Amino acid sequence: MDLVQQVREGNKVAIARLITKAENEAPEATAALRELYPDTGRAYLIGITGPPGSGKSTLTDKLVKEIRKRGKTVGVIAVDPSSPFTGGAILGDRIRMSDLSLDDGVFIRSMGTRGSLGGLSKATHDAIKILDAAGFDYVFIETVGVGQSEVDIVKTADTTVVVSVPGLGDDIQAIKAGIMEIGDLFVVNKADKDGAEKVVIELGQMLELNQNMGDWYPPIVKTIASTNEGIVGLVDKINEHLNYLANSGELIKRRKERISNEILNLILKRVTTKITGKLSEENFWENELDEILNKLKNPYDVTDRVVDEVLL
Amino acid sequence: MADKIRVLVAKPGLDGHDRGAKVIARAFRDAGFEVIYTGLRQTPEQIVAAAIQEDVDVVAMSLLSGAHGTLMPKVVKLLKEKGADDKLVIGGGVIPDDDIPALKEAGVAEVFTPGTPTSVPIEFIKTHVKK
Ligand SMILES: Nc1nc2c(ncn2[C@@H]2O[C@H](COP(=O)(O)OP(=O)(O)OP(=O)(O)O)[C@@H](O)[C@H]2O)c(=O)[nH]1
Ligand SMILES: [Mg+2]
Repeated sequence: MDLVQQVREGNKVAIARLITKAENEAPEATAALRELYPDTGRAYLIGITGPPGSGKSTLTDKLVKEIRKRGKTVGVIAVDPSSPFTGGAILGDRIRMSDLSLDDGVFIRSMGTRGSLGGLSKATHDAIKILDAAGFDYVFIETVGVGQSEVDIVKTADTTVVVSVPGLGDDIQAIKAGIMEIGDLFVVNKADKDGAEKVVIELGQMLELNQNMGDWYPPIVKTIASTNEGIVGLVDKINEHLNYLANSGELIKRRKERISNEILNLILKRVTTKITGKLSEENFWENELDEILNKLKNPYDVTDRVVDEVLL
Repeated sequence: MADKIRVLVAKPGLDGHDRGAKVIARAFRDAGFEVIYTGLRQTPEQIVAAAIQEDVDVVAMSLLSGAHGTLMPKVVKLLKEKGADDKLVIGGGVIPDDDIPALKEAGVAEVFTPGTPTSVPIEFIKTHVKK
């Protein structure tokens, strides 16, 4: 039986192999995704982001268990940064999700960011689609909330959960300013620690200042992920947000935006490949750099020439 | 671009020390591998489930508990049963020389005893992973 059909049937070996092919940018992966595309769009995508060590994986583990109790299946993609120097990575999110490994209705995949400069890679988007097509009801995407990944997750997920913890220090104001706009739900995890209530109040105040709020007022939920406290309520809130998205037309709007982003990125990727290929082929930099340096040419004219030659 | 090598570093058995496993995980990362680290006290069933979902090329087990004789062959056997026996299974830890032939017989590709420089398993993986 072919890989695509096996993925549709939820075969874990096949799902895992196809994700690997997508990560390695194998041509078969694109072919398979083309075939699987009509099967996507059924899963509900939830992004979990927050600072390192804030309990994202522990929360995901507990949320997945609660959702499983409610009879739904779940895919999890846990993204961690790759070393920019060696390309290697230690992906340790599974440590917190050991019990889920043996659950038939759960599939967990760890991914390095590889070359994607902290953002979510094309492979991550492919992996989401593969899990979606394989029939998982929910797909969780865990990313460390620093820089581009935080912005990317909003563009990728239907619902974005932003995790905070007490004791982050003065930086928290700066961090919060950036995240207030992206969160659909705010979690203050490690509520067993001093200062949790203070974080809740601060978040609440920041939310009040946020002007671009639609009809959904993001709730702030306190949790102690390690002891499962607040998890049932958080799953309820997540589902409430899904209902809001579906009933308000916001889900369609977000998904349309996602598709246009995706197409734009695919185009950019192809154009970049074409241009870099062309430039290395012509040995372009070597030839013109001296002339630009000596002001015989300028970067603007050269850019015009290259764009004309390569793209038009 | 060469496909990235993915390695599951697992710590089966009941003892609570994972220093050795962490050292090897870091060495593998520095060699450019993607290391999926699963933490302590993993059962063979959990290791195999993780190895399948992560589609790793290598399952590296670090053992101290003396249960290597059953745990490592069990992982090999389960991988085969699940249709994922293309993975290289290696082991490390305090394993008596006399036990090594039986482990290899059971499908463990190589066993690295304490004191082996980390470069040795790294080279072994680079040579043996079917890419
Ligand atoms: N006290 C306390 N500790 C917690 C809580 N939730 C998680 N932890 C602990 O916090 C540590 C980090 O948890 P993780 O779930 O790995 O955090 P993470 O955000 O996924 O970490 P990275 O993926 O490395 O960024 C672990 O030791 C957890 O046991 C909590 O509610 N209270
Ligand atoms: Mg984590």
